[in-house]
Amino acid sequence: MIKLLTATGKLTEGLCIHIGLYASTFAGTVRRMSSRPWHLRMLLQQAEEVGVQSLPVVMLTALFTGMVLALQSYIVFHRFAAESLTGLVVSMSLVRELGPVLVGLMVAGRVGAAFAAELGTMRVTEQIDALWTLSTDPVRYLIMPRLIAVTLMMPLLVVVADFIGIYGGYAISIYLLDQNPSVYIENTTQYMELSDFYTGLVKAGFFGILIGIIGCTEGFNCKGGAAGVGTATTRAVVISCMSILISDYFLTAWMFA
Amino acid sequence: MSGGSGLPRIRIRGLSKRFNSNVVLEDVDLDIMPGQSTTIIGMSGSGKSVLIKCILGLIKPDSGEILIDGENWLQLEEQELLLRMRRIGMLFQGAALFDSLSVWENVAFALLQQNTGKEEARERAIEVLEWVGLHDIADLMPAELSGGMAKRVGLARTICHKPDIVFFDEPTTGLDPIMSDVINRLIVRLHKDSGTTMLSITHDLKSAAMISDHIALLCHGRIHRQIPSSELDSDQDPMLRQFVEGRAQGPINCSHWGKKIEEAIQR
Repeated sequence: MIKLLTATGKLTEGLCIHIGLYASTFAGTVRRMSSRPWHLRMLLQQAEEVGVQSLPVVMLTALFTGMVLALQSYIVFHRFAAESLTGLVVSMSLVRELGPVLVGLMVAGRVGAAFAAELGTMRVTEQIDALWTLSTDPVRYLIMPRLIAVTLMMPLLVVVADFIGIYGGYAISIYLLDQNPSVYIENTTQYMELSDFYTGLVKAGFFGILIGIIGCTEGFNCKGGAAGVGTATTRAVVISCMSILISDYFLTAWMFA
Repeated sequence: MSGGSGLPRIRIRGLSKRFNSNVVLEDVDLDIMPGQSTTIIGMSGSGKSVLIKCILGLIKPDSGEILIDGENWLQLEEQELLLRMRRIGMLFQGAALFDSLSVWENVAFALLQQNTGKEEARERAIEVLEWVGLHDIADLMPAELSGGMAKRVGLARTICHKPDIVFFDEPTTGLDPIMSDVINRLIVRLHKDSGTTMLSITHDLKSAAMISDHIALLCHGRIHRQIPSSELDSDQDPMLRQFVEGRAQGPINCSHWGKKIEEAIQR
């Protein structure tokens, strides 16, 4: 019993420390955004790495998700002769839920891991200390551009993913399942609202903040050489993914209530 | 090499730092005069690097004072401390070059961050690279450099913005004897030419004797002995003698590591 309590206590303590660390890193980074220097060159470089270089994986994920969704929806709707709703279900699912979540998970795996590994390596090789001694604020130089880049790029990636995913569903419905294109488009556009679209984008931005803060904080506070970098990278990906899935529920409950 | 007079450039008083139950620094006092080059020697894990990191604001000490030109750096806000860093240069043990930047961008990093024009910064970087004998590698990336070259680039980066105080963390560790001599000579030349105040930490006694005019032994968390480097071979302090002669047995081991090491040596 005492062992169980001790383990629970340690887990809770670790959780509180990490939440505190993420919160203080976020607060420190946001506070710095109000003043110069903004390191715009670094920001553009990070935006290219986070946004442009994530496009292939995001597009492929969205395309196949849209295609699978169309197949699955058709199978179910066919049982009660409501196949014409396939387009609506594919589009709504992607725009409201799957787009932001799947892009979030992909970006967490690709970008969150890269943030943690890069900053972790800089920490263990004293490059972060070197920045400080060269009169450069490491949080402003390293974390701020990454956080802004991933927060801005996530909604843009989700817009691309939404369109690609919807097109994947359309292609399967029209060319494989022989549905009427006009009915498909009409049913999709008639019942979708603009709010379905932008609430997905708000989610994407929030997931971007989570990925940026968790990846950067884990890397920035990394300890223990190469093994420490590995641990930080794994933690960054796992915690980011879990946070995205958990926060998705609460965001959905809040926004669509 | 000359020592200075008047107020110390660096004054450390009662500096203490512990990590959990491990006391690393305990009531450290140290004065370094303007233009003086001091080297701190001591065993691995004796707290030499922690001491330098405390001075630079990279580690927050538990108590004590760090006065640079009479100003207590421990009472400064983070942004104020960052501004003071413009007067500081630091050569890290592994050079700590930024992987994503070219050699010249590494060397001119401080200037570029202070809004110096790109052309001007590059010119200054190449000038300093010439000084360390590496003017032809300005456009290479750090991954393409050997250990000795990386260290010299690190040295160039340390002095590019003309700091008043320079810190060296194990400047010759991991280098062959010839490259160690090159680095030592560059440090001596820097001290002679600019009169910069220097604080180094090293295990390399030959290097310590060459680059510094004062040597301090850090032992058991305190500055145990401070002597002019010319007296390194003649000083009869038992701990200093043990360290200089490189003996496993003696007052340092017995008191610091306890009987376990003694027993291991006997086996």
